[in-house]
Amino acid sequence: MTHSHLTGLLDTDAIRKDFPVLSRVLHDGKPLVYLDNAATSQKPRQVLDALNAYYEQHNSNVHRGVHVLAEEATALYEGARDKVAAFINAPSRNEVIFTKNASESLNLVANMLGWADEPYRVDADSEIVITEMEHHSNIVPWQLLAQRTGAKLKWFGLTDEGRLDLSNIDELITEKTKIVSVTLVSNLLGTVNPVETIVRKAQSVGALVAIDASQAAPHAVLDVQALEADFVAFTGHKMLAPTGIGVLWGRQELLEDLPPFLGGGEMIETVTMGSSTYAPAPHKFEAGTPPIAQAVGLGAAIDYLSAIGMDKVAAHEHAITAYAIERLAEVPDLRIIGPRTAVDRGAAISFTLGDIHPHDVGQVLDEQGIAVRVGHHCARPVCLRYGIPATTRASFYLYSTPGEVDALIDGLHHVRNFFG
Amino acid sequence: MKLDSMYQEIILDHYRNPHGKGLRDGDAEVHHVNPTCGDEITLRVKLDGAVVADVSYESQGCSISQASASVLNDLVVGKTVGEAQQVQEAFLELMQSKGQSEGDEEILEDAVAFAGVSKYPARVKCALLGWMAWKDATAKALAGHPEISD
Ligand SMILES: Cc1ncc(COP(=O)(O)O)c(C=O)c1O
Ligand SMILES: [Zn+2]
Repeated sequence: MTHSHLTGLLDTDAIRKDFPVLSRVLHDGKPLVYLDNAATSQKPRQVLDALNAYYEQHNSNVHRGVHVLAEEATALYEGARDKVAAFINAPSRNEVIFTKNASESLNLVANMLGWADEPYRVDADSEIVITEMEHHSNIVPWQLLAQRTGAKLKWFGLTDEGRLDLSNIDELITEKTKIVSVTLVSNLLGTVNPVETIVRKAQSVGALVAIDASQAAPHAVLDVQALEADFVAFTGHKMLAPTGIGVLWGRQELLEDLPPFLGGGEMIETVTMGSSTYAPAPHKFEAGTPPIAQAVGLGAAIDYLSAIGMDKVAAHEHAITAYAIERLAEVPDLRIIGPRTAVDRGAAISFTLGDIHPHDVGQVLDEQGIAVRVGHHCARPVCLRYGIPATTRASFYLYSTPGEVDALIDGLHHVRNFFG
Repeated sequence: MKLDSMYQEIILDHYRNPHGKGLRDGDAEVHHVNPTCGDEITLRVKLDGAVVADVSYESQGCSISQASASVLNDLVVGKTVGEAQQVQEAFLELMQSKGQSEGDEEILEDAVAFAGVSKYPARVKCALLGWMAWKDATAKALAGHPEISD
């Protein structure tokens, strides 16, 4: 296969040298073809070095320490917050809350609203709006909130093409809506959603908007001011950072008004046996010793991505995704679940392959060194919507190459022969 | 190739032509799922005295889970509940062997073909799905017939 017609590709030869795991060879001589990036990304040497340097040179608990290490650790941890704020164009660093992952970020929003005073309080008269393409992390916290408060949970359906069906937006988002929570990019379908339309409608009825940017932040420019949402959640491990670190961005005035969820050290101002007052945001929402090294790792990951440029990362992935869609069309009986063009689409592609169960597809691909994910991808309602038990998903990142797409296609032909 | 140790010809044959598939009359019914890959089975057990008269099932899932339900049907129908439970226990032991056991062909017959699957932790649940459903359904059927005990 020649790839000379592809434009916008990054210098993956150079980039791949930064990722030690990408040079692994599996099963007697098969080079690893890592196409499971929507589940988690690999980590570059620069991030691993930052973690090591933190533990070898600076390790300490953060805040209130008077010794050198405590000051260094605090500066590194708070420096990571600055990097995140710049990366997402946040108006203030105080709007960046560190959590352990996107799931915790979304649960935090749901719990803030459950315990809030008016006008934010979600109660039995309220409605919560999500979509049928959410990750379970953006479904279950809202189901819990609805069950506990008596609020009504509503959702946008999906079109046959794998896009949000906005035709009934006026029935879904109403004066009763308190919060609308949608994903910017679907982890199963790959769809990029027109969140501006939803934000405008929500604003017109005075509802808050939370955006799950877990599949967006790693792959393209993320500008929380341009989004005009109230909360944006994402997770570090999908964007070259370690596991155990996530982000919730929230608008400053909301964070000031909304109540804390977890209580503990770090989040207080003063404590008596009767009651406490709370530190200002973001610390109000960061109870206990935070994931310090992980935040430092996220800062290093952001440095790495920013040095390349998120617009360039997006262009690279767009070219790879378009090429993959084109080549997948060559595989008989292959059905893409989600948009069949690279327009408004992220770099995760789910598909079915005739009657061959995804579990078997993934197993035979693994034997050839190709790592894909199989199952419902924590978005089971999407599978139900399209009447399938599961999919096989290939997902790309900045180090993915057209040659890896070719390996996937060859692998899929082999799968068909194996079960044919 | 290592893969051939999992996808034995016998397994692929059972997968392509499952034995006893379809739901028929039964004394108890259960529905089991394998959350890792979405394999599902609805299984009914029909007892005739102490004998397993029928195991009928409707299922969807990967080749391993489908083939294993087919082999289950072959192996337990016609046996007494006690004999069938011994087969089930032998199969469970084989699947938990992490590739260390070849299985007793006297007891397990075609099911020894699953020995290779036991090396793949993610697939052991697939192989056990039908068997666990059968165990569960049989316990329910027996609870409805307290006179049968062996
Ligand atoms: C769209 C989306 N939302 C939320 C999550 C949850 O991320 P985490 O498991 O890191 O909390 C994921 C990751 O699987 C995702 O893809
Ligand atoms: Zn399975």
